Amino acid sequence: MCFAWAPGEMLVYETLFPKECAEKRPGCPNIVIVRNDLDVYSQTLRKLFNESHGIFVGLQRSEEELAGKSRKAQLVRVSKNYRSVIRACMEEMHQLAISTRDPELQGQHSTQVSILSAMELIWNLCEILFVEVAPAGHLLLHLLDWVRLHVCDVDSMVREVLSSENPSKHKDFWNAVDIFVLQGRMDDARHLLSKEASANPTSMGMCKILDDLMKKMPILSIGNTQTLTEMELKWQHWHEECQRYLQDGTFASNLHMESICKILLGDENAILEKKELMTSWYHFLVTRLVYSHPTVKPVELRFYAQSSLDLFLGGESSPEPLDSILMAAFEFEIHQVIKECSIALSNWWFVAHLTDLLDHCKLLQSHNLYFGSNMREFLLLEYASGLFSHHSLWQLGVDYFDHCPEYGKVYLELHIERIPLNTEQKALKVLRICEQRQMHDQVRSICKIMAMKAVRNNRLGSALSWSIRAKDAAFATLISDRFLKDYCEKGSFSDLDLIDNLGPSMLLSDRLTFLGKYREFHRLYGEKRFSEAAKLLLMLMTAHIAPCSFWMTLLTDALPLLEQKEVIFSAEQTYELMRCLEDLTAGKTDNQKLQVDDIETTKVEILRLALARNLARAIVKEGTLEGS
Amino acid sequence: MEDFSAKFVSQKISKTRWRPVPAAALQPPELFATGSWDNEENKISVWSVGDFGSLGPNGEYQGEPQLLCDIRHHGDVMDMQFFDQERIVAASSTGSVTVFRHHQNNQTLSVNQRWERAHYHVDPDIPFYGGASCTGVICNNPEIVTVGEDGRINLFRADHREAVRTIENADSSTLHAVTFLRTTEILTVNSIGQLKIWDFRQQRNEPSQIFSLTGDRIPLHCVDRHPNQQHIVATGGQDGMLSIWDVRQGSMPVSLLNAHEAEMWEVHFHPSNPDHLFTCSEDGSLWHWDTSTDVSEKPSFFHQGGRSTTLLSHTANQSVISAWLSNNPTKDRMEITNLVPNQTLSVNSLDVLGPCLVCGTDAEAIYVNRHLFA
Repeated sequence: MCFAWAPGEMLVYETLFPKECAEKRPGCPNIVIVRNDLDVYSQTLRKLFNESHGIFVGLQRSEEELAGKSRKAQLVRVSKNYRSVIRACMEEMHQLAISTRDPELQGQHSTQVSILSAMELIWNLCEILFVEVAPAGHLLLHLLDWVRLHVCDVDSMVREVLSSENPSKHKDFWNAVDIFVLQGRMDDARHLLSKEASANPTSMGMCKILDDLMKKMPILSIGNTQTLTEMELKWQHWHEECQRYLQDGTFASNLHMESICKILLGDENAILEKKELMTSWYHFLVTRLVYSHPTVKPVELRFYAQSSLDLFLGGESSPEPLDSILMAAFEFEIHQVIKECSIALSNWWFVAHLTDLLDHCKLLQSHNLYFGSNMREFLLLEYASGLFSHHSLWQLGVDYFDHCPEYGKVYLELHIERIPLNTEQKALKVLRICEQRQMHDQVRSICKIMAMKAVRNNRLGSALSWSIRAKDAAFATLISDRFLKDYCEKGSFSDLDLIDNLGPSMLLSDRLTFLGKYREFHRLYGEKRFSEAAKLLLMLMTAHIAPCSFWMTLLTDALPLLEQKEVIFSAEQTYELMRCLEDLTAGKTDNQKLQVDDIETTKVEILRLALARNLARAIVKEGTLEGS
Repeated sequence: MEDFSAKFVSQKISKTRWRPVPAAALQPPELFATGSWDNEENKISVWSVGDFGSLGPNGEYQGEPQLLCDIRHHGDVMDMQFFDQERIVAASSTGSVTVFRHHQNNQTLSVNQRWERAHYHVDPDIPFYGGASCTGVICNNPEIVTVGEDGRINLFRADHREAVRTIENADSSTLHAVTFLRTTEILTVNSIGQLKIWDFRQQRNEPSQIFSLTGDRIPLHCVDRHPNQQHIVATGGQDGMLSIWDVRQGSMPVSLLNAHEAEMWEVHFHPSNPDHLFTCSEDGSLWHWDTSTDVSEKPSFFHQGGRSTTLLSHTANQSVISAWLSNNPTKDRMEITNLVPNQTLSVNSLDVLGPCLVCGTDAEAIYVNRHLFA
């Protein structure tokens, strides 16, 4: 069994089952492709990646425009955006789970839903503790909201109770009241309690007192201008009142109401009794705090958290990964939170984005990991590399690399060269990415690849347009040589629409310029503008624009001009031509002269003759006086 | 512009097109089709807007586009057009052109017809040798014209198995887009910056006219013709420049407008309000160019004081001349607005019909705006 790494983070296993029997058949090899990051391929999660990419880029671009409170508000908004994206994804996954018939798929979707909801739970807590940094008093309010939003499904139970004919006789009635009290939803609890009061006149007295207590419970609301000390005093006063009623035995006759009163007093045992309703230790923690230390400070959270966890689990079960993550959050150990999340989750998405957000809140010290980059950058690089292994999401990865100052550029350069370029459109997009980031090597190599493909497919115009984009003179020379070769073989130019319309791009390479000018020569000849054609031809040779290999052809092209009735080449020009011819023949070595075939020698002889004749005529013409 | 929200669809959208409304109908379009690209499995999908969703504050229907049906498409969807109310023609990166039929009764899509090797490189006899991308398709019932990376132009007719006419090696470079100029003439743009007119009535395989940009041969990516004045043509280039051409005269553009910072993928004149032009680009923006000057009707004494509106004073004769052809359109109060709220990745495609605009992006999102001129 052996394996190999492929660039897309895929592990390829080749398993051979050797047959140990007599016949030496080669065992049938199975190749199994194991993908590292399955989440990237999920349809619903793709929406998560795309939407969060938009939020991420927006956050990076917002920079340090604002400061202080408004910056904090901005960061909180960003955090809420992330969370709403997670929620939307969760909703959709949930819909999928309900609607699908395949049990395996359903299982997968449900697992995914629970993972997403755990992620949102953790993120929300981190938002409260690290981004919002709620002070004492407000902290508890946020935590209460958090618990209400995430833990246990109260609403359906309550709806059932209320819709029944006799709500107070419903089996879940007192559960509903209890849970409202446990979550600090006093108004809702009182509303339910009134149903009991109306149904059961004997307990009306007790209900009234309990209702009164609930109404009077001091709550610090966001807009309230009470100071903490005021609040504490009021709370202490209220607490004593509850204590008195309990001790007087007011609720002795009704167990339910007595336990509610105990809960209001923050009695741990009473609260613990409702374990089943609360379903989680963090709910227990928050309830405890509401009724015993409503003005808890953030730094005190850890003690309560630890004890709540211990009390709740009661030694029966051990904490799950989610519990340890939340505990780390309560202890304000940010690095621990990130580390545990990285281990627990299968995808880098969560930790990458959360760390980036926390980094913007200036909470992470530049905790240098031993391979040089800091934690935020490391996570972003890992996440983006995962994106690049996906056939489609690579475009998102580019922006992530952009915002990794140390290694982002290098990673991007390596990854972007490995993107398969199936169509020209994709190549154009990749090129644009490279150009915007001054990645000139990659631009050149991509253009060369595309140009070579085009040349192989005989699309010389496309090849030229790619070389122009890369300003690749060497390739332009190659293409021009192709054209010239075609011309020599066929006697005419192909793709005239291209050569005739080269425009300024002609200057990209000498060969290309020659091609353009040579074509112009043909055009001039075709239009019978002989003297201009002649001048151009001569210029091509004397200015060394033409390659030496082509001089013979050019001189042969000059023949018809020399043989015209009218003298076209002046004496000067003829001398030049003769010089060119001599240069050409003299340049050949002795060997070549021996091998030269008859056609060549004939051509040279004819040329010499034509040049001589033309020279004679030109001298005579120039020597003659005009007129008379 | 308030209701310009994104719907994320888990596929990068390469083309979006509204289904055409019957000429007599007055209501806005309700259905659009999208094509995806760069997926292992690409799809053509049909979406509906307006039927579902809750009532908005003004009583009109709001709501996200709902997926009605989709069908697998081999290769990237390079271009797409509605052939008629029920059929969609799609051009693929494998070189094939497919006609899909949308069945309204049970909301499904099926393949109606396919021309498998419409575009290919060099040797068609070697199977699967070098399929060339088919980059552009345009329909004018019953004809379909396609162009591709192989520089070939095909004229198909629906329900005919073979191409009616093929112009081999029409261009030595890639043809990026095609559109009809008149019923027998088409316009093509290529990757060396040339705009060519081809006349199908002529038998020779040469363009009847070639236009090119001055200066560098920047590739042109898209082309569109003014709906009423057929000599006005707009093209978009790789450097994001919008060029306006008058095909009756000259071989160079009438005006060049520096627009986007990256390739301009699509340009569209609004079919019923041609004073409005829309362009979308790789840089993630979608621009609405508005040259309508409806203030010209008011008598001049209303303009005293206040801000100076450098309006082109339209006399009765001059109003026939389109604002696009005037030498300096920006002088005449052209309003340009970017319609995409937060730009990140490329806007690949857009379509406008009536008051509705739809566009698709590489961020796997579709944006629909049903109140363009509100």
